[in-house]
Amino acid sequence: MTDTALYDIPGPRARRRHLVYGLAATVVILGIVAWVLYLLFDTHQFTAEKWRPFVYEGIQEMLLRGLGNTLKAFAYAAVLSLALGGLLAAGRLSDHRIVRWIATVFVEFFRAMPVLVMIFFVFVALKVQPLPALVTGLTLYNGSVLAEVFRSGVNSVDRGQREAAYALGMRKTQVMGHVLVPQALRAMLPTIISQLVVALKDTSLGFLITYEEFLHAGKLIASNLDYGLPFIPVVMIISPIYIGMCMLLSWLATWVAKRQRRSLKTEAVEVAPAEPGTLLPGAGQIHP
Amino acid sequence: MNVLTDNFSLYGKGLLGTVELTVYASLLALALGFVMASFRVAPVGSLRVFGTVWVTVLRNTPLTLLFFAVLLGLPRFGVVLPFQLFAVLALGCYTSAFICEAVRSGINTVPAGQGEAARSLGMTFGQTLSLVVLPQAFRSVIPPVGSTLIALAKNSAIAGSFSVTELLGTYKPLNELGYSIVWTFVWIAVGYLIVTLSISAIFNVLEKRWGVPR
Repeated sequence: MTDTALYDIPGPRARRRHLVYGLAATVVILGIVAWVLYLLFDTHQFTAEKWRPFVYEGIQEMLLRGLGNTLKAFAYAAVLSLALGGLLAAGRLSDHRIVRWIATVFVEFFRAMPVLVMIFFVFVALKVQPLPALVTGLTLYNGSVLAEVFRSGVNSVDRGQREAAYALGMRKTQVMGHVLVPQALRAMLPTIISQLVVALKDTSLGFLITYEEFLHAGKLIASNLDYGLPFIPVVMIISPIYIGMCMLLSWLATWVAKRQRRSLKTEAVEVAPAEPGTLLPGAGQIHP
Repeated sequence: MNVLTDNFSLYGKGLLGTVELTVYASLLALALGFVMASFRVAPVGSLRVFGTVWVTVLRNTPLTLLFFAVLLGLPRFGVVLPFQLFAVLALGCYTSAFICEAVRSGINTVPAGQGEAARSLGMTFGQTLSLVVLPQAFRSVIPPVGSTLIALAKNSAIAGSFSVTELLGTYKPLNELGYSIVWTFVWIAVGYLIVTLSISAIFNVLEKRWGVPR
């Protein structure tokens, strides 16, 4: 809290004032927390009846199966969208105008569409099973976003690298494969991982097309009358796991980014963290 | 082709629902985002912690889970509101985390000399932030906020599955009426393109008018 230009380093009086503000804010926040807790107790969310289902092995297994299905969808979607992203980026960097044009239209269209529209289209119109529908939708969207990330990564490698490689007599594929992509990949890694967080979060959309994933398993338990509709307990169990998984992946991205800032190998590349320069629809990469 | 002409009012209602959701949720997200961003740079420790927790948790929450918790969970507390309002709450809170990060990085782009000059004139933290730093930060956050709001418009599609009237939800009645499902989706896609392109047009105008010249 020292390197900010917004306020002076507090003196004794300011420190006392900040302490008072801080205490007041803490009291307000704690008050809200206490109110929520009161509501929880008041509506009988902590009764044994509502928490009993989580003791049963069958229900634990069901939750784990749901979690497994979520991770399965994520794994498929991650691998396929990386592949599609690479393909589309290659298309956008192609020397042939038609290929470039097709790839551009493809990328721009799928970035502008809500993922859910694609998932529903595949699910309803093409009458596909939930898992392939979910994976297809996620792949089309994240693949298109990743294509832009790859392209900007390759373009941001220092121009001298490309020129030197061509001067050595390399062909375009060699320049790409041996010189540009390895450097770009290293610099893009944090951005790629943050995009994978988006994919992981979006696997929960499978819930809406009745894919039997984590949230779906939770819904099944929550709507069980025998346990007094344990809706809040289910949310209290599911959210920390879901949010925790996403946080772990996000932290991995930050950790990689931090590590790279120290490394000399990435110096040639200065990747803008996929922040929107253009205002095209769907330019919001990092977020949903 | 006649899917659109036959069901113009249905599509219109859906599009209007999406626009309404987007506008209200945007307003909530912008307000909350600005407040959270000022919390995160404030000299008061507990506010900083609160802002950080808010952003970290919401950014890592799947939106479907948030909808699930808000729309189906809050009624268990006896909080009964129209579903559209719940949807606005969920979307707005979720997006506010992204707005907050955009604003905060905008604050960081304002040269330190500006804040120092304001302080040396004797301005308090609130004055420095609201009179000097934020107006300048505003200019550089126009593009990222624009793309965040476009993402918000796209995310509003989730609300349709929780029985809120919006564009994607129109496929259901049309499907039951036996219209060509492919064309139904084509017009839904066109509707979303209209919404997202309008937002990006608005922000392009803002950027031209106020943005930092590059």
